[in-house]
Amino acid sequence: MIDQLKRACAIAKKDIRIYYLKGPVVIFGILFPVFLFLAFVIGRDLPVDFLIAGLLSMTIFFTSMSITPVIAPTETQTRNLERLAAAPVSITTVLMGDMLASVLFGIGISLVPIIVGMAIGVTVEHPFILAAGIVLAAFCFSAMGLIFSSTPTSMTSTVMMISTMVKFPLVFISGIFIPIRELPQWGQVLASVSPLTYITDLCRYSFQGTNYYPIWMDIAALVIFLVIFMTAAVKFHEKSLPKRL
Amino acid sequence: MNAIEVDNLTKLFDDFTAVDHLDFKVKNGEIFGFLGPNGAGKTTTVRMLTGIIKPDLGQVSIMGHDIRQDPIRAKQIMGVVPELSNAYTELTAWNNLQFMAELYGVPGKDARQRAEELLGKFDLYERKDHKVRTFSKGMKQKLILAMSLMNDPEILFLDEPTSGLDVMSARLIKDMVFELNKEGKTIFLTTHYMEEANQLCSRVAIINHGKIAAIDAPEKLKMRIGGLEWVEVSFDMPVDASDFSDLSGVIDVRMSGDKLRLYTNEPGRTIYQLVDYSRSNDLEIVMLNTLTPTLEDVFIKLTEEME
Repeated sequence: MIDQLKRACAIAKKDIRIYYLKGPVVIFGILFPVFLFLAFVIGRDLPVDFLIAGLLSMTIFFTSMSITPVIAPTETQTRNLERLAAAPVSITTVLMGDMLASVLFGIGISLVPIIVGMAIGVTVEHPFILAAGIVLAAFCFSAMGLIFSSTPTSMTSTVMMISTMVKFPLVFISGIFIPIRELPQWGQVLASVSPLTYITDLCRYSFQGTNYYPIWMDIAALVIFLVIFMTAAVKFHEKSLPKRL
Repeated sequence: MNAIEVDNLTKLFDDFTAVDHLDFKVKNGEIFGFLGPNGAGKTTTVRMLTGIIKPDLGQVSIMGHDIRQDPIRAKQIMGVVPELSNAYTELTAWNNLQFMAELYGVPGKDARQRAEELLGKFDLYERKDHKVRTFSKGMKQKLILAMSLMNDPEILFLDEPTSGLDVMSARLIKDMVFELNKEGKTIFLTTHYMEEANQLCSRVAIINHGKIAAIDAPEKLKMRIGGLEWVEVSFDMPVDASDFSDLSGVIDVRMSGDKLRLYTNEPGRTIYQLVDYSRSNDLEIVMLNTLTPTLEDVFIKLTEEME
């Protein structure tokens, strides 16, 4: 078990070196949520701590899911996957490694909106809850990205298209731009099936002290989504690996 | 103990049987060649032996470890050079080797020492801090072999290791295979190059349509196809091939460029008759060779028989 964890860390280190430590990846990770966010808030009169909480949850969401969907297709294309498959590591270990790299990237980039928020006077009322939420959400969204990467293709564009088709609708139903309590009944039901809703709620609680769901429910929901996504990712990858070789 | 034991190994892709109930054993410390035409099932077999894909039926044991029940332990003691694999081109040679060491749980100090040793052996030490994308095909293949040796494996699977390489790089890899075998490692070699298998392997298996056509030592396989020895002769003047078809012991006569090839089961007697022919026709023998069947002849005969 510990051996496999160490090997997952080796895979994470490899991923960081190859995929994450690139200027464009880091810049895109920061700028993309910012621009998307600005497009929806400019002209609206909303409190700054509300905005920062939304920006933070969106940053974790996009950065944690930015690279994981393309690692497996890229390594299929570059013919590195067979070597990994021949190594004494399980598919779960390989995916854990990919997830760890993505989590570190997600956490690192999410510090940017926090620092920006603090610089303009926003205070974090519940830092421990916020830290726990960020870590949990980064794991959860990274695992979600791994589901997309199980598509048996070497075309990264195919995977990116599928993941984008899922990511964008989730942003609109998760209470980032409109608070959940202001959504119609059907909107509130939709919001409850999005993992992004729960980290947004945790961020609002951490910055503003207001929350829609109880905190324990936000954390439990993220844990449940993480378990579901990771289990599904392992099953899908086990099935798709032979088709990639 | 056998290094590899394969029992009833079968793989289906939909209705197509890629590997059809294979049974064979590879002895500890031997170089075992696995030959077959394209699409014969070689790579699928190697992928099942190395635990990359799961068989639909049958068992594979690697040094006593069942590849399905205990894949991590089985993989831990093997090194693999897959046919179409690549090193990570965005990493340096050194980082590729260290990554392999970490994947196989080699302690840091041993990993550094082993990487230096292997880079030296493969003549890559000077390029250790260069990204692999700047390497030539030969250098990449040497690095891939070095990567497969980072865990000091007991069994080495090489799938077409010299394919597309220049003569010097291919020779270096063949020398390394010999050296590794001398150190006691079992080598499972898949290759298209018959001469390579002939030079390196103590036994070979020939596979076609997912089935084993023959397994034996190369020389024993050659002996199996009698009547295929031939005498090759060239005279200083053109001759008529039909003059030789009635010679005693000659089975077939073929022209091959300016040479005449006489297939015979009595090569000594045929040579005497050729000398008599040259004297009586006032011809000079420019070249005379006796040739035995090659592994390629065996391969072609056995695979043709299975068609």
